Amino acid sequence: MEFFKNTNIDFLGKKWYFLVFSLIFSVAGVLSMAFWHGIPLGVDFRGGTLVYVKYSHTPDTAAISAEAERAGLKNARVQRYGPVGNNEVLIGLDIQETSEQALDNGKLKIIQALEKNAVPGKQDLNNASSITVGTELLNKDPLHLSGESDANPRYMTIAQAIVDYRDKTKGGVLSSIDELKGVADPAVVSSLQDSFFVSDFGIRNVEIVGPQVGHQLRNQAMWATLYSLGGMLIYLALRFEWIYGVAAVVTVFHDTLITVGAFSLLDREISLTVIAAILTLIGYSNNDTIVVFDRIRENIKLLRRDKLSDIVNRSINQTLSRTILTAGLTFLTVLALFLFGGEVLRGFSLALVIGILIGTYSSIAIAAPILVAYQEWRGERGKTPISMPLRSGNGPTQPKEKVRV
Amino acid sequence: MASPRSFAKSEKRTTNDGFFMNKNLSWKLVVIFGILLVFLFGIFGVPKDWSGKGLVASITDRIHLGLDLRGGTHLILQVQVNDAVNVDSDNAIARLKTDMRARKINYADIVKPDPVNHPEAVVVKGITPDQSSDFKSIVADRLPEYDVTSGAENSFTVAMKAQNLKDLKDRAVTQAIETIRNRIDQLGVSEPVIQEHGLGQYQILVQLPGVDDPARVKEIMQSTAMLEIKQSLGGPYPSQEAALQDKGGVLPPDAVLMQGKSIGSRNSEGGEQWYLISRASAVTGRDLRTAEPTTDENGQPAVRFILTGEGGQKFYAFTSSHVGDFLAVILDNKVQEVATIKEAIRDTGIINGRFTDQETHDLSMTLRSGALPAGIKYLEERTVGPSLGADSIRSGVQAAVYGMLAVLIFMLVYYRWAGVNADIALILNLVILLGFMGYFGAVLTLPGIAGVILTVGMGVDSNVLIFERIREELRNGKTPPSAVEQGFSHAWITIVDTHVTTIVSAAILFLFGTGPVKGFATTLVFGLAANLFTAVFVSRVIFDWVLSRKQRGEALSI
Repeated sequence: MEFFKNTNIDFLGKKWYFLVFSLIFSVAGVLSMAFWHGIPLGVDFRGGTLVYVKYSHTPDTAAISAEAERAGLKNARVQRYGPVGNNEVLIGLDIQETSEQALDNGKLKIIQALEKNAVPGKQDLNNASSITVGTELLNKDPLHLSGESDANPRYMTIAQAIVDYRDKTKGGVLSSIDELKGVADPAVVSSLQDSFFVSDFGIRNVEIVGPQVGHQLRNQAMWATLYSLGGMLIYLALRFEWIYGVAAVVTVFHDTLITVGAFSLLDREISLTVIAAILTLIGYSNNDTIVVFDRIRENIKLLRRDKLSDIVNRSINQTLSRTILTAGLTFLTVLALFLFGGEVLRGFSLALVIGILIGTYSSIAIAAPILVAYQEWRGERGKTPISMPLRSGNGPTQPKEKVRV
Repeated sequence: MASPRSFAKSEKRTTNDGFFMNKNLSWKLVVIFGILLVFLFGIFGVPKDWSGKGLVASITDRIHLGLDLRGGTHLILQVQVNDAVNVDSDNAIARLKTDMRARKINYADIVKPDPVNHPEAVVVKGITPDQSSDFKSIVADRLPEYDVTSGAENSFTVAMKAQNLKDLKDRAVTQAIETIRNRIDQLGVSEPVIQEHGLGQYQILVQLPGVDDPARVKEIMQSTAMLEIKQSLGGPYPSQEAALQDKGGVLPPDAVLMQGKSIGSRNSEGGEQWYLISRASAVTGRDLRTAEPTTDENGQPAVRFILTGEGGQKFYAFTSSHVGDFLAVILDNKVQEVATIKEAIRDTGIINGRFTDQETHDLSMTLRSGALPAGIKYLEERTVGPSLGADSIRSGVQAAVYGMLAVLIFMLVYYRWAGVNADIALILNLVILLGFMGYFGAVLTLPGIAGVILTVGMGVDSNVLIFERIREELRNGKTPPSAVEQGFSHAWITIVDTHVTTIVSAAILFLFGTGPVKGFATTLVFGLAANLFTAVFVSRVIFDWVLSRKQRGEALSI
């Protein structure tokens, strides 16, 4: 099977269309970053508190907001999270509620606000750790083990089984303590009923980032991206010529800008993993660009009399099949990640989905035209065209550069 | 560009030549199978049983799951190193005062002008010019870690030397790590990570798999458990006023009022209790050799402590001269219990206070591990509940399987037999990747699984590059062996370039990232490195093997 055979498309002739297309997306992204959604930084970079709550019933986000408001948590963002059937809600607090003096203050307030049916003197079994449950059992001693030396480990094992049942079988939320009857001794269950109640939710995941770390991570992400781009530039400048490095870096910058712009347009938060995805894209987009550049370099040696624009067009066409195939296959895997990878990876895989489309497009539509434009600009100024052997040679069959076989 | 030698080989193959190639080939096949076995061992080790469950168990035994997959607590905390510096400079002040008194040097005041930002600086005011050289010599002799500079109006600034200051701060961090590790170890957490977090100043990274209760962890890490045993001079009183009244309105100069409070949660007695406690301590936590949970004479949980030899002597000297007096056990400035000294005690004592077993366990542990050298501040806290981790594994693996199947099937359809070749290379790529992780004890995180998926997508790129080039060469009329030769040699340059750039960005990610992101970078780097071997070497060997079994001129299935 073959999709592309001897294609001969004049890509460079369409460079103005490409430019307009890229400009529309870049400018839209930049405008959104400047005037609309800003750069929607996630809790990693902004600092703040995120609490992921799973309910035993369909959650009412408006009611949750009202409860948070009543508990004195201003500007708490409450939104549904994941598929509707999961009954999950994400509650976000901004940095004001996340001081470094009491980092988990916001989290504790949220739990307090949500425990509507709290019973004074009782603890919430849905949000108790196995250690809490075990300690409570040890104190109540429903199995009358107080004289025995292994009372502590035995109660801890029972507590672990109870918590495991809650987390693994019941997905994190018990709707009644009676549900434990099959898991623990009746005496234990009735003792639990004395000291615990069950709320209608369980905390699944908590992320609290203080201002200092947020600042630190922001710096880190910025430096990582810059180092990555710098590394590329140097490697390409060494392997090819500096203009190839510049073209590749401009291309990658274009991809990053559009990807970040898309996140701003969609108002999706940029987390640490999204930055990881963007750095991967820098590498990936470069792959595509390098494949085309390698072919250009090879063809320049073979077809030294042709115009650079013809050589570039020809190189793009020759590698087109590979470009589309690889992009398609990588896209397929990333799409699987986006569709099946779960909520935690959603932002990460979204960045990859967007980035792979843009990265493939840009290696054809941006990187190659930059090379040609540079050469034409040099030509107008009466200088040697790039990538032609600068040193004197014996003839066209003997390439001047190091031959790589 | 083909070398003439290989060109000749592929064009004029005789039986002898073919035999030679087969021999060469079988040697390469042996290498591939060897590597396959080595990395399979890396993934599975030697499984205890060969059922599906046993295999999964042996995989998770060797490839560690990150916090985001198995659930756990991640904390970043900062050691307030200035606390340690303040202690040191306070000691310096005390020493200066004593020495100046001894040498009869008069001064107006000793202050720390900025204890928050510059705890290392002490200013001594009002030293007359004729005594200034005396003063300088005291600092030089008695405080070798400090420099002295003279300032305006007969004042001197005594400040810790930069190198000593840095050492002191670093030591505070190392000590804090040690102390926290001691405490965490006794919690029985498996594979905890407690290390300096190099990305920030004086920060410590604590990762506790399987612990989803950060509040308790913090309690254990932060409890200073400062133990002091002092003489009790009176009490209990229901309030501070009552204590003052009892002493005629004035406290003795060498005593303080301290609140009595049991840290034991079983304590049910209400009301405040105050004691008058001597300022001087008989022994402190530093004199402690060990502490362990035990039961007291009533069978209640209690903590027994044993003093060091020196501490025991101090304690013996004290108790033998105070028989009949009261002794207070003080934890974190709260009177834990007060007891009469019945006889001289040498080196063993018991702290009881209505503890639960858990609490006696925790208390003896904190007593043993010693106090933190400085306060700590929490900068970041992340908790992943076990149910979320389980969901993440499920969806991650699901995505990986679907993504891989899509790629494997596509390659088969598009390249036919060569697709089988690519699929074998891809699967071997995965085996090597996971094997690497097993050998290096690398941590698999959720983004790491994404890295595995991405490795499949990017790894297949090498095969596509090579195959497309081979097809191109075939279209240009080359014979299959020569097309294969050319395809591989041309694509090789490109493959190296693309892999180097991707590995560069992944390596930078590894250096800058933490936790999940690091896991992603790890899988990507290992995956792409393995890909160089599988897509180029393994694929080539399979092609050569296929070609060696074909008649000359027979078409290649690609």
